[in-house]
Amino acid sequence: MKMEEQNGKSRREDVCPSKKDKLDAALDLETARARIAATKGPEYWRSLEELAGSAEFQEMVHREFPKGASEWVDSVSRRGFLKLMGASMALAGMTACTKQPLEPIVPYVRQPEEVVPGRPLFFATAFTLSGYASPILVESHLYRPTKIEGNDRHPASLGGTDIFAQASILGLYDPDRSQTITYLGDVRTWGMFQEAIRGPLSVQKGLQGGGIRILTPTISSPTLADQLSSLLKIYPQAKWHVYEPINRDNVYEGAKMAFGQPLEARYDFEKADVIVSLDADFLYAGFPGSTRYIRDFAKRRNPDSGNMSRLYVVESTMSSTGAKADHRLPLRAVDVETLVRVLPVVEMMNSNPPGLNGEQQVFAADIWRDLQGHHASSAVIAGDHQPAVVHALAHELNQALGNVGKTVFYTDPIDANPVNQAESLKDLVADMRGGKVDILIILGGNPAYDAPVDFGFADALKNTNIPLRVHLGLYQNETAELCQWHINEAHYLEAWGDARAYDGTVSIIQPLIAPLYNGKSAYELIALLAGQVDASGHDLVQSYWKKQHSGADFDVFWRKSLHDGWIEGTTFAPKQVALKTAGLSPHPATNANALEINFRRDPTVHDGQFSNNGWLQELPKPMTKLTWDNPVLIGPAMAARMGLKTEDVVELELNGNKVTAPVWIQAGHPDNSVTVFLGYGRRRAGRAGTGAGFDMYPLRSSATPWFAGGLKITKVGGTYKLASTQGYQTMDTPNGATRPLVRETTLEEYRKEPNFAKEEEPPKELTLYKPYPYEKEPYAWGMAIDLNACVGCNNCIVACQSENNIPVVGKEQVVIGRHMHWLRVDAYYQGDRDNPKAYFQPVPCMQCENAPCEVVCPVGATVHSTEGLNDMTYNRCVGTRYCSNNCPYKVRRFNFLLFQDWETPQYKMMRNPDVTVRSRGVMEKCTYCVQRISEHRIDSEREDRKIQDGELQTACQQSCPANAIIFGNINDPNSRVSKLKAGARNYSLLADLNTRPRTTYLAEIRNPNPELKG
Amino acid sequence: MDERIQPVADENARAPVIEPGYSFGTVTDKISSIVLTRPTSNGWFFGFGVAFLLTMMLLYAIGYLFVRGIGIWGVTIPIGWGFAIVNFVWWIGIGHAGTLISAILLLLRQSWRNSINRFAEAMTLFAVASAGIFPLIHVGRPWLAYWLFPYPNTMRVWPQFRSPLIWDVFAVSTYATISLLFWFIGLIPDLATLRDRADSRALQIIYGILAMGWRGSARHWHRYETAYLLLAGLATPLVLSVHTVVSFDFAIGIVPGWHTTIFPPYFVAGAIYSGFAMVLMLAIPIRKIFQLEDFITERHLQNSAKVMLATGLIVAYGYIVEGFMGWYSGNRYDAFTIWNRLHGPYAFFYYMLLLCNIVIPQVLWIPKLRSSPVWLFLVSGVVLVGMWLERFIIVVVSLHRDFLTSSWGMYYPTRWDWMTYIGTIGMFLAAMFLFVRVLPMISIFEMRTLLPEAEVKE
Repeated sequence: MKMEEQNGKSRREDVCPSKKDKLDAALDLETARARIAATKGPEYWRSLEELAGSAEFQEMVHREFPKGASEWVDSVSRRGFLKLMGASMALAGMTACTKQPLEPIVPYVRQPEEVVPGRPLFFATAFTLSGYASPILVESHLYRPTKIEGNDRHPASLGGTDIFAQASILGLYDPDRSQTITYLGDVRTWGMFQEAIRGPLSVQKGLQGGGIRILTPTISSPTLADQLSSLLKIYPQAKWHVYEPINRDNVYEGAKMAFGQPLEARYDFEKADVIVSLDADFLYAGFPGSTRYIRDFAKRRNPDSGNMSRLYVVESTMSSTGAKADHRLPLRAVDVETLVRVLPVVEMMNSNPPGLNGEQQVFAADIWRDLQGHHASSAVIAGDHQPAVVHALAHELNQALGNVGKTVFYTDPIDANPVNQAESLKDLVADMRGGKVDILIILGGNPAYDAPVDFGFADALKNTNIPLRVHLGLYQNETAELCQWHINEAHYLEAWGDARAYDGTVSIIQPLIAPLYNGKSAYELIALLAGQVDASGHDLVQSYWKKQHSGADFDVFWRKSLHDGWIEGTTFAPKQVALKTAGLSPHPATNANALEINFRRDPTVHDGQFSNNGWLQELPKPMTKLTWDNPVLIGPAMAARMGLKTEDVVELELNGNKVTAPVWIQAGHPDNSVTVFLGYGRRRAGRAGTGAGFDMYPLRSSATPWFAGGLKITKVGGTYKLASTQGYQTMDTPNGATRPLVRETTLEEYRKEPNFAKEEEPPKELTLYKPYPYEKEPYAWGMAIDLNACVGCNNCIVACQSENNIPVVGKEQVVIGRHMHWLRVDAYYQGDRDNPKAYFQPVPCMQCENAPCEVVCPVGATVHSTEGLNDMTYNRCVGTRYCSNNCPYKVRRFNFLLFQDWETPQYKMMRNPDVTVRSRGVMEKCTYCVQRISEHRIDSEREDRKIQDGELQTACQQSCPANAIIFGNINDPNSRVSKLKAGARNYSLLADLNTRPRTTYLAEIRNPNPELKG
Repeated sequence: MDERIQPVADENARAPVIEPGYSFGTVTDKISSIVLTRPTSNGWFFGFGVAFLLTMMLLYAIGYLFVRGIGIWGVTIPIGWGFAIVNFVWWIGIGHAGTLISAILLLLRQSWRNSINRFAEAMTLFAVASAGIFPLIHVGRPWLAYWLFPYPNTMRVWPQFRSPLIWDVFAVSTYATISLLFWFIGLIPDLATLRDRADSRALQIIYGILAMGWRGSARHWHRYETAYLLLAGLATPLVLSVHTVVSFDFAIGIVPGWHTTIFPPYFVAGAIYSGFAMVLMLAIPIRKIFQLEDFITERHLQNSAKVMLATGLIVAYGYIVEGFMGWYSGNRYDAFTIWNRLHGPYAFFYYMLLLCNIVIPQVLWIPKLRSSPVWLFLVSGVVLVGMWLERFIIVVVSLHRDFLTSSWGMYYPTRWDWMTYIGTIGMFLAAMFLFVRVLPMISIFEMRTLLPEAEVKE
């Protein structure tokens, strides 16, 4: 990315402002200007370059001054010269005589209420992904949103967030966002669009809208749904299609199978003693409700509470949920159905059920026995990519186990139009090809890129000559390219709206900033179609809720809803459901030898919509720690069989479609199966996303959207460099030893020996330099990280990146090892490579009391504060990197080059004003969010009190949905962190080095079934 | 025993330090003619030209480094130090031979040193200059590198004196100063000789200024001898201290493979080892090209080879102790570091190091090879490569796999790393070329003391 920026910069320099002036100054430049105007956005600069090559331009450069101005040099008299000079000066002065506008402006004499420069305000709003709202609070510095935090008052967040919400702030300021309305690439205005659409709409009036098709992603917004349904009343023949590549078709079909209606299941993992995940990655962002689920799950993972839950995971690819499992079974996705089907009868079976081997059968039997013992306190959860029948079977199991109403609840879907999205898109394509579509409105999304390959959507869009194609989107993406009109969409932080969280609770999406590029929201576009010209998003949302809450107290209701970030009474109540026993299709035979391919949403760029988000691109994927790419994940056994090594390039062939991509050997991946992540290989994403990774959509058909058998995989030779942020992914060193980095044991063992993780620490006096009496200070900051709670969701990394202005370095630099994350989450695989145990370990700065980095710094740029922080003085740092060499935890990050983008104006708005933007040649590292400490210290001192425990949270802690990171004052024996550190599980990483780290870990305790052998 | 008589007389025993048949006049003629009358050969121009181009390449590489930043090198996290520090330690080590030869051997009355001390000292200076470049340019913000020096400033900030890098600053700058003074003071009588023998007015003036008014009076000689001896006394501890302090850069660190107490003696021995190798690498072609075999005799080569053999064995002992301690300490990190050297991704370089520093130099036990210039030249080259590899192993291979397996990484030098390294070799050679051309490369007056005529009779 860096490189591209550099290139971009140098290209831009070709047309520096002074030359542009000259360009305007040339007399015959009307043509040139017209030529520029005729080019499309991204080609703008390129065409200027071309222009620079043209003869006229060359001549203009050569002349330096407009024609006439340079004539006098030859033979003009002194008088002529003076005349010319005088005229030029008079003319130059005239340019300053712009008439002032007559609008009154208000000077900042009296401070607006609540706005104090330097003190941020927080506003509640919501981020949506596939319709599901993540309730958030947005930090706003003088009306510039700078940081996303979880909304602790909202039941779906409780303070936690997910990576997509965290990173969406970068999306707002993305300089590659679409900035204008365009028609065939030319810049247009909203008024022109209104004009252009009026005629066709009035034609459609006569046809009852028979030619209107609206394609939306999943919509949970009550307002927008209401708008769409009233639009469909105006145009009864118009059709609303829904498509999103990562959809919940299987969930709704499964519910229809089981209950006869599309329903959504909600789980209460706080009440579940035994959880069985059937390929459900419910502890990772993108799974609806994951933020809340992680919180509930983590609560029950406390080994000291006496009621630790147990998690069984059957999964078709290694996921962070699988990493947290007490028992994990890697199984091809197609075999999961077999396993579920035999579950209730598996103990009675004498022989292996078809498709399962002995080990898998035993595993199934164990699950069933454990479930039997936990009636009404277990939960079976099926993954979105498992076929409908697995969902139906899971519903049956939950019903049979008495879980419904206890740990599993059924509610209406939050999707306002829960149709089968694949079918919906298929119908649309058929209509397009059938010439029935006159106006196609694509509200967001990128179907030209991510539609199933067999639909040929892009082809249909390009070649069916739909007279009016309109795309609303944040980016000029692959779909925008094929539409005549592109409306630049307002980011959710710029526009009004509403959306439902996973439990149905509605949040009002309130804008934090006026649209940077005058973007329009979907609400405003639909309103325009419905004839409400220039309706504002605010009025649309408010008027909808006025209808819902008609009372005199609407203002109070509205203010409260905005303030809290959710509307009371909108949570979906659990529904009473009756199971239809019949209707399940018989089990189709599966081919045990067929090579399976799994299509999964990418853990960081999702379906591709976050491709141009540098934070997410560079966010290490939880299990591979890869950035910027999506290789083919294969299991170690299969790799050995095929003679494949990581980074070898292979060709995947499925139903005649081929994709070439490198391989990554993923420990714990089921045999005879590969996994590919969607969302890469974008052609038009922007400077970060374009060209990164490999497009896997060409393999994905509507019949097999999630997994398919019959894959052919061939080695094509060559290698491809992959950028992993983790050097070595196990604690076993190649010489056969194991390092005690993550300490873990089973619950049983832990009860027998609670102090297992402790090791003898060197005596405190064992140092050359006199120890500082930290215990006499009012505060001594410390952190405890509960490895048992951590689910490796990566939230802390993005939160830290956002809070601390951490740059993105690009793939080339990550390959070398120069990623800048102050906080990383190490993933270690232990044991059998085919089904390893996996552990996560978040590693921020340890803030060692005996910090090895400090003694070696020649200029004293890293020093200790009296509160025990290991502070970095960027100004003083000369960059010897000795501190990093001497840091045993390798948490220090160095600006080897100028990694920060100091030029792009948007980024300047985004940055946290409380944190220095570091320059080249300077070391940096986690500060325990010292800016937050200072802020709270100032506040507390003003109020003449001490900082209360829990009042001050670091960014990582704040965003952690699992509450795995606890920060506080260790001089206060009653603080949470002190209590945790006093616990039996607490240990210091590399304690024998006598670094005396302030960050300590709580050892990981697994809760395997004691009856299970092996 | 007085050696000064022996070489001329005793042919059966060891080779003489100066071949017989020279008088005060012929010695002076022979050495000063190289500077004053001998025409500059095309070979010199060619050699200097190549070295000069490499120096320009160095400047280019450094210029680009200043513009773009340290990221153009292969350094990364966890390998925060790469070629720059490897080269720094290597050059500083090479720079040790000069002071050892001039100061310690002077104090030990090893008069054979007289024929090689001058250019060994010059070599030291140039090596220290080459070394000195690296710590300055390897920092992230080189324009602030002066913050490492304690100077009074309005910020009222001092360097952090606990850091070995600060010790390094003092050690290296002291060493450079003493070496320069020692070398220059030793040159004064010879500069006066050149002044007196120069034909052109310009040379007379230049050498005259440099000679600082030396007239060769008894008082001058008295003062000279006192100053020289004092400086020798000052320089002697530096021979041991500089590389000891350099070794502290590592030994003070916590990194497995660095944190070991054997480093100081082992580094000093290694420094002398590589220093003598460089002296031989230079002396052998110089004596051949300038027909100085009579002054730099087989005896000098033999003695240097013996020093190399001895220090090489100390270095070997260092390796053995490192390996032993890795096992004996029972420390899992140390044990792995040793394992990683033997089996890790850089194992090839470790075996090369053992081959270059320990196995091949054992041929010096054979007297015939020890006195063969060709063999000595080759072995010296091998030792220089070996000592460079040793620093590479210590710096890079220790850092690339330290405590947390998650943070392991690999180091790949970039072309800028190589350009900078080769550039300093070019700069070093260019300086040597200039030195042999404009200054007497062998101390004329000290050579004269080796002649029988110089023998003071009762």
